[in-house]
Amino acid sequence: MISATEAPSRLLSGDGTLDHHLARHGRLPLLDGSQIIGMARDASLTGRGGAGFPMWRKLGAVAASGRPPVVIANGAEGEPLSGKDRVLLTRQPHLVLDGLQLVARAVGARAAHLYAPAKLLPGLRKVLADRRGAGLDPLPVTPTVAPDAFVAGEESAAASAVAGRGAVPSDKRVRVVETGTLVQNVETLAHLALIARHGPGWFLSAGTFLATVSGAVARPSVVEAEYGVPLGELIAAAGGPTFELQAVLVGGYHGGWVPADLSLPVSQSALAPFGASPGAGVVLALPAHACGLAETAKIAGYLADQVSGQCGPCVNGLPRMAWTLADLAARRPRPGLPGEVARLAALVTGRGACRHPDGTARLIVSAMRTFEADVAAHLAGRCLATGGRR
Amino acid sequence: MTRLHIDWTLCDGRGLCTELLEEMLAEDDWGFPLARDGSAEPAVPAPLENAAAHAVSRCPMLALRLVGRTS
Ligand SMILES: Cc1cc2nc3c(=O)[nH]c(=O)nc-3n(C[C@H](O)[C@H](O)[C@H](O)COP(=O)(O)O)c2cc1C
Ligand code: SF4
Ligand code: SF4
Repeated sequence: MISATEAPSRLLSGDGTLDHHLARHGRLPLLDGSQIIGMARDASLTGRGGAGFPMWRKLGAVAASGRPPVVIANGAEGEPLSGKDRVLLTRQPHLVLDGLQLVARAVGARAAHLYAPAKLLPGLRKVLADRRGAGLDPLPVTPTVAPDAFVAGEESAAASAVAGRGAVPSDKRVRVVETGTLVQNVETLAHLALIARHGPGWFLSAGTFLATVSGAVARPSVVEAEYGVPLGELIAAAGGPTFELQAVLVGGYHGGWVPADLSLPVSQSALAPFGASPGAGVVLALPAHACGLAETAKIAGYLADQVSGQCGPCVNGLPRMAWTLADLAARRPRPGLPGEVARLAALVTGRGACRHPDGTARLIVSAMRTFEADVAAHLAGRCLATGGRR
Repeated sequence: MTRLHIDWTLCDGRGLCTELLEEMLAEDDWGFPLARDGSAEPAVPAPLENAAAHAVSRCPMLALRLVGRTS
């Protein structure tokens, strides 16, 4: 089970109560919409739901959409390896909801929603009632259940769910922001609430991100760190490795495998050469005795099962890609197998209503590269990891 | 620039468009249209604008649209 680290931290310590929140952070300062957008811009605040998009540009696009704006705090956290949004919504829900009021003000919203898993909603309803009593939510917030499915947290799926339709993604010919809907990850909103209090300059020098560290570590946890932190420090914060590590999955099921280089900085620029990015802060440590291809094939099988059944290339392509990788992982080689994996990855990319096929393809391509030696061994009928790695 | 947008939630992959617009579209492994230029939303070259508009109007699922955007 993933727990929050014991180290003192800004976003992870707290008991979720309003008293604690007000004693620690106080009320939000009064800011107008352009001040809020300016602060998000000057702080270079980027989204923490995976895509890393600058928040201020989304705020501007929604404000300019000409539609009555709706704002959504996205706490769906459909990624099985991620626990940070759940921990944040339990420990510091008021920061998230302060952030939601800020973006509502920034875009002139007429409705605000909190989208979160069913398990968290009873507690969050109490939080919302406390805030209403204290006059902290000028725009009332409607809670909506996020179903337990990988794609339920995708932006257009979240928008559809709070509108009372199914939590499935929709076509992007008209982008979600152009429909007047702003979807922000709950962690992004919590950072904005701190930026409003302490200023963009403070965030530039002391801003953090949340990471969920699991796999071959002593204490799987949610930890808070600054971008650029060496991978090894995140792993140490989760109790350190329990075995010699061979690789690390960064960015979750839509992320990328990187070699177990513990000095590697966790930042956009340092991870880019591996086709990875910090994404939603998921870090999975793979021990030397586990096969990276088998591990990836398992994840690919899960992701193929999570397809929302709408788009032909995704519905057909993800299962085919997963089986092909499974054949390689199980050492059932056939001529041209690695090439077929690469071809399928390219074939599904960009060909769905959402980026689920793109993310799945990215993971598989990164596995084929990082576990290149394993690919060669599997084609020859051997496994480097389970047969010892020398 | 005009681009061809495919709404994958509507397309049934029967492939009428790949016949009407074969200069731009091939069929993938399952019969769904695949842009020959490899892009998600392929640019429509000027000489093919009429053919593209025709394919859009003939798509039985109303899955095709011409859009004007740069990316
Ligand atoms: C398949 C899929 C699943 C996603 N699931 C989540 C999720 O559970 N939570 C989340 O915040 N973002 C999720 N995203 C990203 C959202 O689409 C969106 O980019 C994000 O919520 C925007 O907030 P941000 O800019 O603050 O990160 C998902 C994206 C995809 C393609
Ligand atoms: S691309 Fe796949 S997961 Fe995304 S909406 Fe289409 S079928 Fe669903
Ligand atoms: S004609 Fe329309 S429904 Fe048929 S394959 Fe082309 S886009 Fe899909």
